[in-house]
Amino acid sequence: MIRLEHITKEFSSKNKKVTAVKDVSIHISKGEIYGIIGFSGAGKSTLIRCINLLETPTSGKVYFGNQELTSVGEKELRLARQKMGMIFQQFNLLEQRNVLKNICYPLELAGISKNDRVKRAKELLRVVDMEEKENFYPSQLSGGQKQRVAIARALATNPEVLLCDEATSALDPITTRSILALLKHINEMLGVTIIIISHEMRVVEQVCDKVAVMSEGIIEEAGEVKEVFLNPKSETAKRLILPDKDEAGSDADRYSIRIAFDGQSSFEPVFAALVLESGIRLNILGANTENIGGKAFGQMLIEMPEEPEKQVIVKEMLRKKGTHFMEGGDVG
Amino acid sequence: MNQQMIELLAGGIKETLYMTLVSTFIAYVIGIPLGVICFITDKNGICPGRIIHLVTGILINLLRSVPFLILLVAIIPLTRLIVGTTIGSTATIVPLVVAAAPYVARMVESSLKEVDAGVIEAAKSMGSSRLQIIYKVLLPEAKPSLLVGGLISMATILGYSAMAGFVGGGGLGAIAINYGYYRYQTDIMFVTVAFLVLIVQLFQEAGIWLVNRIDKRSA
Repeated sequence: MIRLEHITKEFSSKNKKVTAVKDVSIHISKGEIYGIIGFSGAGKSTLIRCINLLETPTSGKVYFGNQELTSVGEKELRLARQKMGMIFQQFNLLEQRNVLKNICYPLELAGISKNDRVKRAKELLRVVDMEEKENFYPSQLSGGQKQRVAIARALATNPEVLLCDEATSALDPITTRSILALLKHINEMLGVTIIIISHEMRVVEQVCDKVAVMSEGIIEEAGEVKEVFLNPKSETAKRLILPDKDEAGSDADRYSIRIAFDGQSSFEPVFAALVLESGIRLNILGANTENIGGKAFGQMLIEMPEEPEKQVIVKEMLRKKGTHFMEGGDVG
Repeated sequence: MNQQMIELLAGGIKETLYMTLVSTFIAYVIGIPLGVICFITDKNGICPGRIIHLVTGILINLLRSVPFLILLVAIIPLTRLIVGTTIGSTATIVPLVVAAAPYVARMVESSLKEVDAGVIEAAKSMGSSRLQIIYKVLLPEAKPSLLVGGLISMATILGYSAMAGFVGGGGLGAIAINYGYYRYQTDIMFVTVAFLVLIVQLFQEAGIWLVNRIDKRSA
């Protein structure tokens, strides 16, 4: 669906040259939700802007389907952009248009008649659950509502891809969840490929299939979210996934493991069962979990008992329960 | 104050309104495209063009830096060429437009600068052409600010039109100069000034009311 080949983007101001993206190649398949995660200034936003050529890469090629976007003319690029929706951190709605007319905007560009535009816009308002707000203006909406309108607008022309540039970073955690759930729903219902840029691991954890970890313009590692989440290899991934690393006992003598929750039922008392059934006292060093739609996401850092045989019992029980864990030599 | 005076003032008001409104209109016809060009050809604009940006910028600054009274006299040949005379209200419109158009262009440019760059980027991401960005995004989004700029421009043009009274222009300014200044009829001077203030005030109030009505950001 989308292929980036050796993308490099340099920005040059007076006497300084900054390379925001360095030789990045990624391949995103149809129907995937692909996350690109990294700290501020990692070059994620620049990279996503290279996909629809809001930024022209200094070198490298961008393929959208079979079309090489980096070589097409302006008209073809505009048509290609109509097949790619984009949403932003600051929503970027037209302030002087009401909700309905905002959604109509891309349809106007596509040359669709007024009746059909309104019909389609109303359809989309249903998808994003904003039907009663069609005559409201952006200034009358909350952040989450604005983003819903922005999503509806981005979907108006039936795009194959939806680019999300820090789409939830300006929202509170609860609204973030509802927007992510909406994105997931859209992905499943309409089969839209979604690319999400974020600096928050929980965003990627919740909805993405694959993730690329970016730092200083380079993709440090990429793969299935579960894989990267359970087994982070790069320094950046570790820092993103284990935010409490420094606090959670730097005592090297302690032997700890990290239990990862990636969507088991949150009603299942995993930890309590572990303690009760094994009869071993375990110490929680740190936890960072969230209940998303009845499913648990996140992780827990547990100090293991000193006796090797007890350690084996605990690990065995975790394995039996199908709980993912990682021996955290470098965690504690 | 006799009948004659009242007629004189009524005529003056009519002429002043005529000069101001027509000049403002023509100044906008020229100033909007000029301001848009200046805005979009900026380094970070949607259609960067160093040379065009530089040329329009210099043209605007050049005209704006000539004091109006001097401009008024300097372009007399042009005025004669266009209107056929250099005396009266219609003749005043030419220098008024020449002075106001670059001023308006700057006003327009600064209004467009207020449009959130993110919104322009979003429009681009949806596949808008440059022209579509200009007339579907930039101008509608900047509309309230453009209107405020229009009000300020109009008040400035009104002031200029009064100045034109010195060199044979018409309107309230001419009355103030001819009666109040040359004939020491201070009362007439005050009345004309009062009318000028009133006109500016009315425009301002009506304009602000309109801006508040159309600006959806404060809805």
